[in-house]
This record gives sequence, structure tokens and C-alpha cells, in this order.
Amino acid sequence: MSRNAARPLSPHLTIWKWGPHMLVSILHRVTGSALAFGGVLLLVWWLAAIASGPAYYSFFLDMMTKDQGGLNWIPLIILVGLTWSFFQHLFTGLRHLLLDTGAGYELKTNKFWSLMTMVGSVAATIAIWSELLLVRQ
Amino acid sequence: MGTGTGIGRVRGLGSAKSGALHWWHQRLTAVGNLVLMAWFVTSLVRMPSYDYKNVSEWLASPLAAVPMALLILSVLTHLRIGLQVLLEDYLHDEGTKLGAIILLNFYVIAAGALALFSILKIALGGAPA
Repeated sequence: MSRNAARPLSPHLTIWKWGPHMLVSILHRVTGSALAFGGVLLLVWWLAAIASGPAYYSFFLDMMTKDQGGLNWIPLIILVGLTWSFFQHLFTGLRHLLLDTGAGYELKTNKFWSLMTMVGSVAATIAIWSELLLVRQ
Repeated sequence: MGTGTGIGRVRGLGSAKSGALHWWHQRLTAVGNLVLMAWFVTSLVRMPSYDYKNVSEWLASPLAAVPMALLILSVLTHLRIGLQVLLEDYLHDEGTKLGAIILLNFYVIAAGALALFSILKIALGGAPA
């Protein structure tokens, strides 16, 4: 689409004072993209690995873990990152569903729940990985 | 653009027809994802181990295979709409935008086909030797 360069642009990211609502709006898009590629590819790979039989599945487990025992650190970082992305996207998604009803636009309410999506996503990620790495080991 | 009054030319076109469909499907699949991912994450955390026998027997049961297939459909529909919005927002060249949206659709269809085939093979194929 061509734009008349003489016409002014509407104010964009650089001109606004940053607030948590801007951050979570951007995080919603970033984590959504991470899940759409990283999360989906990993899930589909896992399903295809199971369908391919025990030999290939054992290769998959080897890639995700170290010697089918403790987790290797690269896949661990990816898995923890995807877990956080999932919860962040989930909580900002719930926030969007609430905003769709017209509720929650008051400045303090909006700021509070924006911050809560991030507190919630970090807490849920820590809870899940504590269970997987500490309680179950 | 044809003849007639302004309202006559646009009637039946645009958002009065199906403009809100993407918006609605995005929210419908959001709720679907919420329910199905809650099931999936709970199942994963509660799974005693991730060895082949355990996961393949789990996925072979109807009450795991069917929600997993629905999860794939819901998630892929959701991400197809969501990423299309991102592409439309950030890609300003019409050719690049069209190409990217075609690639996105191919990605979604390929991932969906591979996932659904795998689920069906595990669920219907019996235990491989």
C-alpha cells in the first residue's frame, strides 16, 4: 500500500510513556509467535516421534534429555521458555477476553491486571518446573 | 463499479457478510485452547514417566487421542488467524504479505496433517512390533 509521505503518521511506540499494558500487549504477540512455531513444532515432532515407533522415540527423548536421564540444558531452556510463553499468552489472552466485554479499562485496573499476567506466568512456570525437576526426581 | 445507488452497490458485501468471522473464531478457539491445554498440561504433569510404552499407551486411548486431535485443530486454527493478523500488521508490501500468508497456510496444513496422521496411527494402528 502506498502512503503519501507528506501526511503525518499517527504517534507510534517511540512517543508513548511505557506502561505494563503496552508491554503485555507486545508480549501477547511475541509469545503467541513463539508458541505458534516453537511450541507447535515441538508438539507435532513429539506426536510424530511416538507414531514412528520406539527407536525414533528414543532418539527424540535423547534430544530432549541427556542419556534419557536428567535434562540437557539447551532443551531445558527451550522447554522452560515455551512454558513461560504459554502461561504469559494464556493470561494476556484471558485479559483480552475480559477487555472484549468492555471491562477493565480504568487506568489502575488495567495496570494491575497487566502486571498480574506477568506475575502469574512466572509463578506458574516456576510451579510446573519445580514439580517436574525437584519433586519428581 | 456498477450502477445504482451507493447502498445498492455495497449491500451484501463487507463486514455485514463475514467480516466478524475471524474475530469470532479467534475467541472461540481461544476458549477451546484454554480447555484443551488445561487437559494436556495436567495430563503431562501427572504422567508417571515419558518412556515410549507409557506415552504410546496413553495416546492410544480414546479419551486422550480425541482431545489431542481437537487440541491440534483448535491451536492451529487459532495460530493461523493470529499470525495472519501479525503479517497484515507488519508486512506492508502486498506481494510479500500474500506470499507470507500462503506460507502460513501451508505451514498450518502440513503441521495439522502430520499431527492428525500420527495421532490416528497411534490410536488405530495397534502396538508396533
